[in-house]
Amino acid sequence: MEAFMAIIVRDIRLTLRSGGSTITLLAFFLSVGVIIPIAVGPDKETLARLAPAIIWIAALLSTLLGLDRLFVADHEDGTNASLHHASISLEAISFAKLIVHWLVSALPLIVATPFMAIMLIMDMPTLLRTIAALMLGTPALVALGAFGASIAVTLKRGGVLAPILIMPLAVPVLIFGVSAISPAPGSGTSEAAFMFLGALSLLAFAFTPFAIALALRAAHE
Amino acid sequence: MNKSNPMTDTSLPANWFSRLAHPGVFLSWSRNWIAPLAALTIILFTIGLWYSFFNSPPDYQMGETVRIMYIHVPSAWLSQMIYTLMAVSAIGTLVWRHPMADMSMKAAAPLGAAFTAVALFTGALWGRPTWGTFWEWDGRMTSTLVLFLMYLGLVALWRTFEGQARGTRIIAIFTLVGALNIPIIKFSVDWWNTLHQPSIIKADGLSMPASIYTPLLIMVVAFTALFFTLHLVGMRTEILRHRANSLERRHVSARNGTSSGTTS
Repeated sequence: MEAFMAIIVRDIRLTLRSGGSTITLLAFFLSVGVIIPIAVGPDKETLARLAPAIIWIAALLSTLLGLDRLFVADHEDGTNASLHHASISLEAISFAKLIVHWLVSALPLIVATPFMAIMLIMDMPTLLRTIAALMLGTPALVALGAFGASIAVTLKRGGVLAPILIMPLAVPVLIFGVSAISPAPGSGTSEAAFMFLGALSLLAFAFTPFAIALALRAAHE
Repeated sequence: MNKSNPMTDTSLPANWFSRLAHPGVFLSWSRNWIAPLAALTIILFTIGLWYSFFNSPPDYQMGETVRIMYIHVPSAWLSQMIYTLMAVSAIGTLVWRHPMADMSMKAAAPLGAAFTAVALFTGALWGRPTWGTFWEWDGRMTSTLVLFLMYLGLVALWRTFEGQARGTRIIAIFTLVGALNIPIIKFSVDWWNTLHQPSIIKADGLSMPASIYTPLLIMVVAFTALFFTLHLVGMRTEILRHRANSLERRHVSARNGTSSGTTS
């Protein structure tokens, strides 16, 4: 447990001190939110209808694009090699990294969602549902993004590849995420969508550490 | 090493599993399989195409366009079977480090992408006269499209890892994770689809007359035989390419006079 916490503290400290990356992610998230209304046009009703989709697409793109270098720095400076001999298993380390990266790359997006909501002319109940849906769904996105990053860790030009690989796998998160915010008319599906979203995140957080550890071991060979 | 261990004692005849694993042995026995498989494919296609064009009735609703089905359904079947085969091969790679499983995965990916593309394309051609549109965000079509994107990702991954030995295991992990995700994706897409469009399209395959069923079955077998022929040739090509690469490397390092063993 001590080693587990040490990894968490180390990674948070590294991200905060290197600065920039969280800010860049936020800027990216917000600029997707700005660019789509500009493309769609300022019609309030259209925007209100599209708002859940816009927010989820922005969240998906920023997590997938933001996480691609997650393991690269540790791979390049040899940290990964030494982590193979840590007192806790590589799976546990991967789990710690998932938690850290949810904290530094998904939580800021959720905090910024109210600003997005103002631009997209969202009403208050929808905003609350959006925040709840993001809280439940982003862990799955972070887990998938981290898995993609672990696949591409040894690749020099892996930057675009990982998002392409992970995008199809993120389809369920997108579907349940948007349905949780804006249920189809005449059906009380919002609750079911919330449940599925939570299930996806739990599954992803439970299983991806193993996949990530396998991929990192293979990369180390 | 322990003499009685059949895996390490080379004086014993290898069991079928090791015989399958050795690239050289694989090359020698698979050579005899290609011609019969290819002949079988041609015969099946001749019978199947004859049935589907001349010896099956046009549908009373869809007319002659029903014949697209004889290409469409087999490709759709292959698109799923090939992913299953890749997932099984991925287990072979991860668990036994089976060299032929690596080759099988690598050779299957572009074939899977191609058959999935054929399924989508013929589906669009069939949809135009039947439903009046090339594309419908129907559950089955959407999940086939997502499967197609996964195949494309895998092909891109193989190309990026070209020549790196460790790439194989990493790709195997991704293939397996993808295989675990396919049911979830399928479920979510179906769920999404029933929300947004209350069943415009009903699956028909419930009661199919034998006159349509027979050519369909023959075409499915013919497509499967075609895939296995191409897959076998692809695996052999992969082995030969591997050998050519290592020969080239050996040649280069011998000429440079350095014995720096370049391990891919």
